[in-house]
Amino acid sequence: MSAQFMQYLLTGLTVGAIYALVALGFSIIFNASHVINFAQGEFVMIGGMATVSLTASGLPYLLAIPLAIVAAALVGLALEKFAVEPARGASVVTLIIITIGASIFLRGLAMLVWDKNLHALKPFTGDTPIAVAGATILPQSMWVLGVTLVIVLALTWFFGRTLLGKAMLATSHNHLAAQLVGINVRLVLFLSFGLSAALGAIAGILIAPITTTSYDVGVMLGLKGFAAAILGGMGSGVGAVIGGLVLGIAETMSAGYLSSAYKDVIAFVIILAVLFFMPSGLFGKRGGERV
Amino acid sequence: MAALATVIALLPLALSNNYFYDIAVLVGLNAIVCVGLNLLIGYAGQISLGHAGFFGLGAYGSAILASRYGWPPLAAMLTTTLAVAALAFVVGRPILRLKGHYLAMATLGLGVIIFMVITTEDKFTGGPDGIAVVPFRIGGLVLQGERIWYWLVGALLLVAVWLALNLIESPMGRALRALHGSEVGAEVVGINAADHKVMVFVISAVFASVAGSLAAHYSGFVTPGKVTFLHSIELVTMVVFGGMASTFGAVVGAAVLTTLPQLLTVFKDYEMMVFGAVMMGTMIFLPRGVVPSLARLFQTGRRRDAAKEDGA
Amino acid sequence: MSLLQVESLSKKFGGLNAVDDLSFDIQPGAVYSIIGPNGAGKTTLLNLLTGIYRPSGGRIVFGEYDLTGRAPYEYAGHGIARTFQNLQVFFNMSAIENVMVGRYLHERCGLASALLRAPRLARAEKVCRDEAAELMRYVGLHSYLSVAADAMPYGALKRLEIARALATKPKLMLLDEPAAGLNPTEALELDDLIGRLSERGVTVVLVEHNMRLVMGVSNHILVLDYGRKLAEGSATAIRNDPKVIEAYLGSTVAHEGPVGGAITSAVAVAGETRR
Repeated sequence: MSAQFMQYLLTGLTVGAIYALVALGFSIIFNASHVINFAQGEFVMIGGMATVSLTASGLPYLLAIPLAIVAAALVGLALEKFAVEPARGASVVTLIIITIGASIFLRGLAMLVWDKNLHALKPFTGDTPIAVAGATILPQSMWVLGVTLVIVLALTWFFGRTLLGKAMLATSHNHLAAQLVGINVRLVLFLSFGLSAALGAIAGILIAPITTTSYDVGVMLGLKGFAAAILGGMGSGVGAVIGGLVLGIAETMSAGYLSSAYKDVIAFVIILAVLFFMPSGLFGKRGGERV
Repeated sequence: MAALATVIALLPLALSNNYFYDIAVLVGLNAIVCVGLNLLIGYAGQISLGHAGFFGLGAYGSAILASRYGWPPLAAMLTTTLAVAALAFVVGRPILRLKGHYLAMATLGLGVIIFMVITTEDKFTGGPDGIAVVPFRIGGLVLQGERIWYWLVGALLLVAVWLALNLIESPMGRALRALHGSEVGAEVVGINAADHKVMVFVISAVFASVAGSLAAHYSGFVTPGKVTFLHSIELVTMVVFGGMASTFGAVVGAAVLTTLPQLLTVFKDYEMMVFGAVMMGTMIFLPRGVVPSLARLFQTGRRRDAAKEDGA
Repeated sequence: MSLLQVESLSKKFGGLNAVDDLSFDIQPGAVYSIIGPNGAGKTTLLNLLTGIYRPSGGRIVFGEYDLTGRAPYEYAGHGIARTFQNLQVFFNMSAIENVMVGRYLHERCGLASALLRAPRLARAEKVCRDEAAELMRYVGLHSYLSVAADAMPYGALKRLEIARALATKPKLMLLDEPAAGLNPTEALELDDLIGRLSERGVTVVLVEHNMRLVMGVSNHILVLDYGRKLAEGSATAIRNDPKVIEAYLGSTVAHEGPVGGAITSAVAVAGETRR
């Protein structure tokens, strides 16, 4: 295995981990509400930008990061409460436009609260690259991979072991049945937005030291996270993670070996390919209309 | 229809300077795209988040053929339109097998891919800076200037609306609405859903492409700025805002949402926020769009009056 | 020649054989009923016979055409129409427009003439509307001629679907539980309508639970159970077939005892009592 391949692989995994977190956010909301939240990317942006301001005003990372995550979560909850809930039962097109409108709104707001410049965050533990199998990896990348792993494990525990988590899972399988056994479906919906926002924010904070952040960083990340979610199968947590990693690696590899100019296109080509040939993705459920 | 013609004919009285004419032309161009897009979204019940891609292909196709290769603009536009129609036909078949969110995503992907190809192949397309476009010529007649374009676009908009209304009121239009109502129900009465969906997709792509070609000649240059995901969303919002399944709604939507950012330049910094808020607000409170909602209000008002007359 | 020939038809969903090695013929002009307990595969069969499902095995031959695996619109094109158990009405249109859509196959309307508003289209539209109105009157919907589909009651909607199916000028009509949700009066009207359809030359296949209707109106009955043919024959034969009674009522009840006997006679009586 050449050093170059290893380098691409590591970079791909890092980027892929971020996509995985964003994709998880999409999946969680989709499961709870069958809404595709086009504003997911903005949570990523809020996480990064908020941390930038908070650290700029003197707060240490240990305080700034949780605060930023909470801020993003609050935005997510507000989005659900004020934009999604009033439109329950609306058509797919309507919901899509609402979340896209929300994303535009949030971006406009971010432009005002912050500015249009690129901002860098200091890496968590320095920026001396570490040598791994002939390639190098930034300490920040280790953070990305590590935190993502911890989160995936935490979510697995949450959804598998806690009552609230299981309630959320039940809601995703069958709204009506969940309601009938006493699960507060609206609360589940509410919380899923908050949780997805937090996940997005974490992704934004993790990646900001590597790629810098700005008010419109959420657009591409959101779309690519969405691509990952579709690749893995909309609504599948496992799929989101695997989809994210695969997308990240595919993107880095094709940029490295084929054409770096078209790096961003890979995600969308994958979207089309998956939707044409395998719409339910790698791990998604096959649907069928009952006539 | 006559009303629209009257508006178009009389509007210049209200337009005092070239700036307003310019906005009117932009409204007209967007309206042409929206009328076509409305056939797809409002009547056939599908969705496309990538129509700016077709608009862009129309614009760049005309621009490249006419400016780089010196083709007569009309020939360039015709060729481009045919090419876009072919693309829409080829891509439409697999894409329109999808439904709902998946269809939205696939069209989004298509639009973004088009955008990226245009931005990256800069030897052809001038990349992010775009290229200049020669003015529109028919034979020896050069069409330039806001006022001339106003009449040209106005006339073409009328043609577009006429074509759309004809289609809707025909048996084919009924078939499309049936598809929207229940795809299975339509299939069992003999309507080939796939063929019809592709047909509407191609028609809407053609409308967008023609508008794009015209826009290129009108502005004198093309850039990728109009080929973005954001522009696709703006177009969809115009259609939905104005009213789905309402051709005039599409025109109204285009008019309102094209002029709105112009008005909002006062709030330059708040523009994005307000636009996003408008999108959300309309969908939450007026999900059927402005024109049908107003029509309903009008009808319930009339019904209430009629009830009062009956001595309720 | 049979109008419809079904040979060894089967449909699997995962491990479930919804329809299993089913064979039967339908003769033109008959009123044919398909009955069976819930889950017996009746609606699946109808979906197969209209191209909505692709068979996992077997053949469907209509007249001299092998329609196996074709798309629904092709089945409609050959003259097979249907109504749905879960209504598939076009609620975004008016009642009469629903029926007008049914005439789609008989209106040659190309894209060019649609876009350019060819004069003959206007004339054709009038004919279409008149015929649709006539069909609506035929099925008893005269009071709904200018009503929106989403303002109609359930019973009327079921008849609207029948009118729409008739508009396709079918040779074979498949009705999926047309009597479900109808009150006894409406069911009687339906009974009458089916009889008239038959007189009009349309072969009718009925999937039904309403035994009174089935026994009264059918020439031939096919009984399904677990996707397989359980029995087939005339109304009288089916009424007295012990296998059928067992499938509906269970073996310990069916044969012995006063209860079983009473139920068997009740089923027989249900078939006798009509009109």
